[in-house]
Amino acid sequence: MQNFIRNLAQENDFQATRLLKILRAVQAKYLHIPKQAIEQLALMLNVPRTQIQNVVAFYSFFHFEPRGKYDILISSSITDLMVGQEELINYFAEKLGVKIGEVRADGVVSLANTSCSGMCDQSLAGLVNGYAITKLTKPRIDEIVENVNKQLPLENWSQNLFDVQDNILKPDLLLNQKTTQGEAINTTFARGLMQTLDEVEKSGLRGRGGAGYTTAWKWKFCHEEQADQRYIVCNADEGEPGTFKDRVILNSYADSVFEGMTVAAAIIGATQGFIYLRGEYLHLHEKLEAILQARRDANLLGKNILQHGFDFDIEICLGAGAYICGEESALIESLEGKAGIPRNRPPYPVVSGYLNKPTSVNNVETFLAAANIAIHGGEWFANFGTAKSKGTKILSISGDCAKPGIYEYPFGVTAQTILNDCGASDVLGVQVGGPSGTFISNDEFERKIAFEDLATGGSFIIFNNSRNILDIVHNFSHFFAHESCGFCTPCRVGTSLLKKQVDKIVEGHGSAGDIVALEELCQIIKNYSHCGLGQTAANPVLTTLERYPEIYQKMLKKISYEPGFDLDKSLEIARRMANRDDAHAHLAQVED
Amino acid sequence: MNKTIVIDGKVIPFQDGQTIMEAAAEAGIYIAHLCHNPQFTPHGSCKLCTVKVNGRNCSACTFPASEGQNITNISKELNDDREKITQMLFVEGNHFCPSCEKTGNCNLQAVAYHLGMTDNHFPHFFENREVDASHPDVMIDHNRCIFCTLCVRASQEVDSKNVFAISGRGLEKRLVVNSESGLLKDSDLDVNDCAAHICPTGAILIKRTGYKVPIGQRIFDHAHIDTVTLANEGASHDE
Ligand SMILES: Cc1cc2nc3c(=O)[nH]c(=O)nc-3n(C[C@H](O)[C@H](O)[C@H](O)COP(=O)(O)O)c2cc1C
Ligand code: SF4
Ligand code: SF4
Ligand code: FES
Ligand code: FES
Repeated sequence: MQNFIRNLAQENDFQATRLLKILRAVQAKYLHIPKQAIEQLALMLNVPRTQIQNVVAFYSFFHFEPRGKYDILISSSITDLMVGQEELINYFAEKLGVKIGEVRADGVVSLANTSCSGMCDQSLAGLVNGYAITKLTKPRIDEIVENVNKQLPLENWSQNLFDVQDNILKPDLLLNQKTTQGEAINTTFARGLMQTLDEVEKSGLRGRGGAGYTTAWKWKFCHEEQADQRYIVCNADEGEPGTFKDRVILNSYADSVFEGMTVAAAIIGATQGFIYLRGEYLHLHEKLEAILQARRDANLLGKNILQHGFDFDIEICLGAGAYICGEESALIESLEGKAGIPRNRPPYPVVSGYLNKPTSVNNVETFLAAANIAIHGGEWFANFGTAKSKGTKILSISGDCAKPGIYEYPFGVTAQTILNDCGASDVLGVQVGGPSGTFISNDEFERKIAFEDLATGGSFIIFNNSRNILDIVHNFSHFFAHESCGFCTPCRVGTSLLKKQVDKIVEGHGSAGDIVALEELCQIIKNYSHCGLGQTAANPVLTTLERYPEIYQKMLKKISYEPGFDLDKSLEIARRMANRDDAHAHLAQVED
Repeated sequence: MNKTIVIDGKVIPFQDGQTIMEAAAEAGIYIAHLCHNPQFTPHGSCKLCTVKVNGRNCSACTFPASEGQNITNISKELNDDREKITQMLFVEGNHFCPSCEKTGNCNLQAVAYHLGMTDNHFPHFFENREVDASHPDVMIDHNRCIFCTLCVRASQEVDSKNVFAISGRGLEKRLVVNSESGLLKDSDLDVNDCAAHICPTGAILIKRTGYKVPIGQRIFDHAHIDTVTLANEGASHDE
C-alpha cells in the first residue's frame, strides 16, 4: 500500500488540492480509506490528518470501513420511489443476501441507498462502483446479482445495464445549434473581448444554476478584480433531485460548453479552468477527458490558442457524493481538497474564490448559452423569453408523464404547455425547481417558467392524482437532513428536527399543536441558515402546507398532545429485562 | 468625519474592516454570540449573533460594518428565534447542567438564561457521544460540544498547533483530535494551551480543578452574560 500511495501522491504533484482525486483512487483500490493511507497522505501532502479524516467523513462515497468489491448504490429520490424503489431494493437485498446499508459477509458486495443520481427519466437508477446503471427492473437486478456472484469484472457485464440515454425530446434555440469547434473562440477574438462581454450583457443571460445572477456582471466583476491569477469554474455538480440536463449537455454538447468556458476565461483573464463533475457522473469522465485532449490537439486549449496569444486549459475534478458542493463556495472548498462547507460572504468568489483568487463559477448550461451568444450575438438570444428572463431554459422532466426527458423552451412557457407536450394527465401538481423550489397545484398551471414567476434550475417533477403529497414532503425532508453540511446550527439541527417532525405527522402521531410547531421550525431554518441549502430546506413543507393545509390537518389525532415516540415500544427493553409481558407491562399511547 | 452605523436607533462609529460585532462591542452593545471570540478569526456558524441589517438577516460576527446600515439587534422576533437556536444546541447534545462541572461558568447556559429560555422545546436527539479522559490534565466530554470551533481556532491561531478539528457532515459532526490514535493524550495539547481553556461549554475541562470555585460564586451566578462579555471583549480586541 505504501508504494501505491506514494505513487499516487507523486502523480498528483503532492498537491493537497487534489485530495479528492487521490482519495477516490484509494477508495477504488482498497474499498475504503485505510488509516495508514490517511497517515501517509497527511505527511506527503503536508496537511493535518484531521483534514483528510474530515474529507473522508464528509463525502458519501468515502468510507472508513471497507465496502463490498461491488459497491451498489440505489437512488432513493422521489422519482425512484414512484417506480417502486422500496420493493426493488428489498428484492435486490434479498437476492444478494445482504442487508441494505451493509456489506455481505464474504465482502463481495455491499448495497445502500443514495441521493438522486441524476437519472430521473430512466429510474430506477443506481451506481455500481461509481458507474451509473439505469432502468432497473427485477430481470435486470437478477442479471446484476448473477454477475456479482460470478464476480464478473465490470467491463464484462452487459453494456446495456450501463446505458444512459439523452432523451432530448424538444430541442430549441440551444440544443438545435450545430457549432463547429473554435467558432465561438474565433468570433470572440475577432469581435474583441470586451465587445463580446457587451454582447453577453445585451443577451440578458442569467445564470442557469438556480440563483439567476446576470452572467455578464459576474464576469465583469471577476475581470475588474486586481489579481495575478483568476479562475473559471464550470459547476457540473447537478445534485438537485430531478435535474439531469447538465448530464445530457455534457454528453452531447461538451465541445460547446468547453468553448463557452474558454470564451469566459479570455474575457475575465483566466488561464486555468475546472469542471466540477459530480461523482455520480463518473461514466462521463473518460469521454470528457478525451474531448479535452482532442481540443488540446487542435490547439483549442493549451498555449497560444488558435494564435490569439491566449493560454488556457481545463481540468476535470470529480466530486464524491455531497449535494452541498453545488453551492459555489462549497464547490470551491471541495476543489481545494476540503470538505464542502460554504464560506462566509462577503467576500464573494468573484473577489476571492479558488485559492483566494477571483473566480467565476457558472453552470454548464450558462456556458453552453454563452458559447452560442459569442457566435450569434446578444440580440439573437434576447429575442426569446420574457422581459426579465431572456433566451431559453433547458428542463429536466420526470415523474408521471408519458415522455420524460429533456425539453427546451423559451422562458415564459406555461406549466400547462409543458404538461401537454410531455404527455401528463390527471396531474395533482408539479415540483418546479426540485425540493428547494416550489410545489404548484393543478390550479396554477398557467404560471410561467421564468425568474419573475417560477424560477428553476431545470427540475420539473410531475405527480398525478394517485400520489400522496406527504410522501413527497417526507422524501424531500429526509434528503435535506442527509445533505446538510452541518456548519450552521439552524440547518444542521433544524433539518433533522424537521425530518422528525414530518415523520411524526406522516406516521400519524401528530396532534393539534404539531402543525404550528412545524411551521415555526420551518421559519427558523429558512431565515437563519448560512447558505441556500438551509434557506430552502423548508420549502417542501412550506409550499405544500400553504396549498394543502387540510392534508396535514387530516393526519392529526383529535387529542391535545401525543408524544413523538411510541410509548409502548420504548418499554420493550424494560420488559425484556424484567422478564414480563403481562398486561400491566404495557402502556397505551394515549390515556382513554 | 467618522463613519457610522445605527444599531437599535443608536448611532455608533466604526472603522473600515470592522465587523458589526466588533463595532458594537466597542460601543458597549452586546450582541448574543457563542462561536465568536474577538481573539480569533470569526467563524459564523452558531447563528446566534444574527441581526437584521436593513431588513435582511446577517451574522454580526462576520458581516462587515458599512455606512448606511440600519441594524436591529433587539426585538421580540430576534430574541425568540435566538432562543430557538439555543434550544437546538441543547437538544442536539446532552446537556445536564445540574451535573455539569461548567454550570455557572458556561456561556451556553448563560446565553440561554439571557434569552429567557426555560425549556428545551424540541425533542432530544440523545446521541451517543463519548468522553475522552485519556490526557493527564485535560478531558473532552463530547456530549457538550456545540461545534463552535473556538478550540480549533485557539489551537491554530494562538498556540500555533493544530490539536482539534471538526469532522463529518450534518448531524454526524464531531470534534476530532489530531493524533494517530485520535486520543487527546497522544496529541501535543498542553494544559496551558489557550485551546484547553477556551471552550464556552463544559466540553473541554481541566482535570483536578473541578468545583474549586463553588457553585454560587461562579461567573454567571451574579452577573449577566452581556455585562461579563462586554467587560471581557469590549476592550480586549482594541489593538
Ligand atoms: C445547495 C445548493 C446547491 C447548488 N447546486 C448547484 C448545482 O448543482 N449546479 C449549479 O450550477 N448551481 C448550483 N447551485 C448554485 C450555485 O451556488 C451558483 O449560484 C451557480 O453555480 C452559479 O452559476 P450560474 O450563475 O451560471 O447559475 C447550488 C446552490 C446551492 C445553495
Ligand atoms: S445552511 Fe446547511 S448546508 Fe448551508 S452552511 Fe448551514 S448547515 Fe451547511
Ligand atoms: S469542544 Fe468546546 S470549544 Fe471545541 S468546538 Fe466543542 S464546544 Fe467549541
Ligand atoms: S457568533 Fe456569529 S455565528 Fe456564532
Ligand atoms: S452547563 Fe454544562 S455545558 Fe453548559
